[in-house]
Amino acid sequence: MGARQIQLWWQRVSIESELLYLFLRSPAAIIAAAFVLLIVITIILAPLIAPTDPYDLSSFDILDSLIPPAWATDGELRFLLGTDDQGRDMVSSILYGARLSIMIGAVSVLFAVVLGVGLGLAAGYLGGRFDMIVMRVADVQLSLPAILTALLIDGIARGLLPGESHDRLMFFVLVVAIGLSLWVNFARMARASTFVERNKEYVQAAEIMGLSPIRIMVTHILPNIMGPLMVIVTVDLAVAILLEATLSFLGVGVPADQPSLGTLIRIGTSYMFSGEWWVVLFPSSALILLIISVNVLGDFLRDALNPRLR
Amino acid sequence: MALLEIKNLHVEFPTRFGTHVAVAGYALQIERGEIHGLVGESGAGKSTIGAAVLGLLPGTGHVTAGEIRLDDQLLTGLSATAWHALRGKRISMIFQDPQTSLNPLLTVEEQLVETILHHLPLSEQDGRARALELMEEVGIRDAATRISDYPHQFSGGMRQRVVIALALASEPDVIVADEPTTALDVSVQKQILALIKKLAKERDVGILLITHDMGVIAEITDTVSVLLNGSCVEAGPTSEVLGAPTQAYTRSLVASVPRMDRRVARFPELQSRDPKDTDTSYQIEGASAEFASDWLLSGDEQGSDHSDTIIGVNDLSVVFSSRPSFFQKKTEFRAANNVSFKIGRGETLGLVGESGSGKSTVAKAIVGINPTRQGQVSFLQRELELAHKRPTNDPSRRQIQMIFQDPYSSLNNRWRVEDIISEPITFYGLAASKEETLKIAASMLSLVGLPQSALLKYPHQFSGGQRQRIAIARALVARPTLLICDEPTSALDVSVQAQVLNLFKDIQTKFGLSILFISHDLPVVRQMSDSVVVMRNGDVVEAGPSESFFENPTHAYSQLLMSEMPSLELLADPEKLIAG
Repeated sequence: MGARQIQLWWQRVSIESELLYLFLRSPAAIIAAAFVLLIVITIILAPLIAPTDPYDLSSFDILDSLIPPAWATDGELRFLLGTDDQGRDMVSSILYGARLSIMIGAVSVLFAVVLGVGLGLAAGYLGGRFDMIVMRVADVQLSLPAILTALLIDGIARGLLPGESHDRLMFFVLVVAIGLSLWVNFARMARASTFVERNKEYVQAAEIMGLSPIRIMVTHILPNIMGPLMVIVTVDLAVAILLEATLSFLGVGVPADQPSLGTLIRIGTSYMFSGEWWVVLFPSSALILLIISVNVLGDFLRDALNPRLR
Repeated sequence: MALLEIKNLHVEFPTRFGTHVAVAGYALQIERGEIHGLVGESGAGKSTIGAAVLGLLPGTGHVTAGEIRLDDQLLTGLSATAWHALRGKRISMIFQDPQTSLNPLLTVEEQLVETILHHLPLSEQDGRARALELMEEVGIRDAATRISDYPHQFSGGMRQRVVIALALASEPDVIVADEPTTALDVSVQKQILALIKKLAKERDVGILLITHDMGVIAEITDTVSVLLNGSCVEAGPTSEVLGAPTQAYTRSLVASVPRMDRRVARFPELQSRDPKDTDTSYQIEGASAEFASDWLLSGDEQGSDHSDTIIGVNDLSVVFSSRPSFFQKKTEFRAANNVSFKIGRGETLGLVGESGSGKSTVAKAIVGINPTRQGQVSFLQRELELAHKRPTNDPSRRQIQMIFQDPYSSLNNRWRVEDIISEPITFYGLAASKEETLKIAASMLSLVGLPQSALLKYPHQFSGGQRQRIAIARALVARPTLLICDEPTSALDVSVQAQVLNLFKDIQTKFGLSILFISHDLPVVRQMSDSVVVMRNGDVVEAGPSESFFENPTHAYSQLLMSEMPSLELLADPEKLIAG
């Protein structure tokens, strides 16, 4: 009997955590997690493991430009994945590019979480007029495509900030732009979960005690709505990375001398039809693998934390 | 040959923490026209047996041994297709909650006709005629017009009648009724039970009635089996099992049923406590139940105030107004209407009524969390502001504490018990240091009969009764003068209910607390309260001292409520049970 065998397996590995148990039974989630972990380690160690520093203009030579990958004819071993039009080593560029992409993605999701959960929680708990105003703003936000929001913010930032500081502040401009286009998701989810929680008796008990609304929201309700929020965090992390790549691809992202994955892909597209395929292929593959593994992890979390889908 | 026969049934649920044996060696025989009651506390395996009879074991559950026979057909090990032909046709089911067991998008007629045509070889026209007959048979007045209504147009009791009609539609031989009256008010419970009994006799149907309620068992069953941890403790004719139980467990179960005919000082607790309750592996130094008692008594600032009335509620009305949209007129709903009562020091007032009578609304008005506008609440001879006007630092916030009905939602699941109990101590500034807070919290757990190791755990690691104790500890730790209990035991099993009610009684005698005890359960109210207020649709219909109310109710509605309670005449005298 199948049930018996599974039970034996269960007895051998007695895992306390439900999440860990489901995780160990999902090969896709394990592979995705391993890959994400690998990427995180490599981007943290990027300065140590990258052959060259792509941000250091003196470390590369225009004479090395557009060298094919090491295994192709004319390839050179010191440029494992070839070089781009500036003579930058592709391996180093991708490592540093992914580092920048993930950092922007993570910080903008953090920004969106703080903004969205804060507003959503307050809207759900306080209700009434505040709720109405927040949710109408969210509706307006939702009707603007994310790219448009980001372009708009970028445009405003370019207009307001002088040219030089603009390049330095580009990181934060991108974070605000991406964060603003993502906060609605968090606000809606936080508000919906808060609606459910606020009618539970433990919240009433806290109200009867005379706790302040902020204290009830932060210490009582917030821990109870974190589960579903964590799921959107992972899914939106992928979205944020992709959004950054798109903005950089469109040329409104990080400057070309500090390439992110999106910038690399943009540089690569101009060589796509002239035979230098590696300039676009490797950054794109890196981006795709990153997005897929983060998404698979997000899907796993969503299924594992939602008992109805199991 | 019995109609339904279960022999040596074993049902197991493999889980990843090992196999859970839900039913171990259960046997049963039901004849035609017989109502067999399956009684036991939560987790005893009653519903699992019902599901096994229907071939609907949830999840990983499966029958590992034994057999179930209908006439002489073996049901265990039937294929899914064979079950489809049988289920609904020969065995049907009455569900607990009529709110969810009918499809809200189809009329009652459509649902009935669909079932009839699926199982019986009738033309559509005959099917409709049959549906109408069924509606009349289950006692729905004006059936010809009501039949084309949607489920939400029926009241709870009427809806349950429709569910019964649906169960009868296929002319089954056996009906499994899982808690058929638990979701209903007392006043309809009795009628539904009478209907089930009448139909069983008239149609010669065998009924397996699953319930946790001894009153229901006593009311209609012919035979009964008492379940404990998946095996049958005692079985036989209902009058024998309930009237002269031979097993210790059955005795304790019968003895813990609250009586309406007289008041007892304490509920008998024959059953030993959960072994986990006496875990001494984790102890805070100096923390004990005695320390908790001393601490609670030492903070008695009421010493200065010797007034007899703790709380007086005067002409309290609660009106909910809603305005569906900007253009529509406001609609008003009066949830409570000119309610007045008083509670003296150390006294318990029972607030009785059916669902929707406004009893919880009154409680919420007193603690100040609903939009009350009219009436006065005076507490310790001081007028309390109503609703949101009451300041958050008002002393009454500490002096009035509330215990809720559902122990599964009244504790924050993400908090450890230590934090749950410590919160009022730190919030009201009742302890000088962290160590003292911890010591008080641990002592309070000992006082309510939980081990101190509970401090380190989360609420989901406890049973319903244990959770309710934690909720009581949280309320007590604020050193309240008035305790409001909103249906504090209706989510609990009888034996646990007895323990919790005893705890309330102990606390009250020790600390002289006043209690507002809200319940729909008249026998419980009789056991707990000194005086009684009966509410109906927001109005007070009768108020008076408990003894005279229960001996001699004057208002017609009170008399009706009392006559609708299941009669417990069959049950053995609890005092004799303890003596014997």
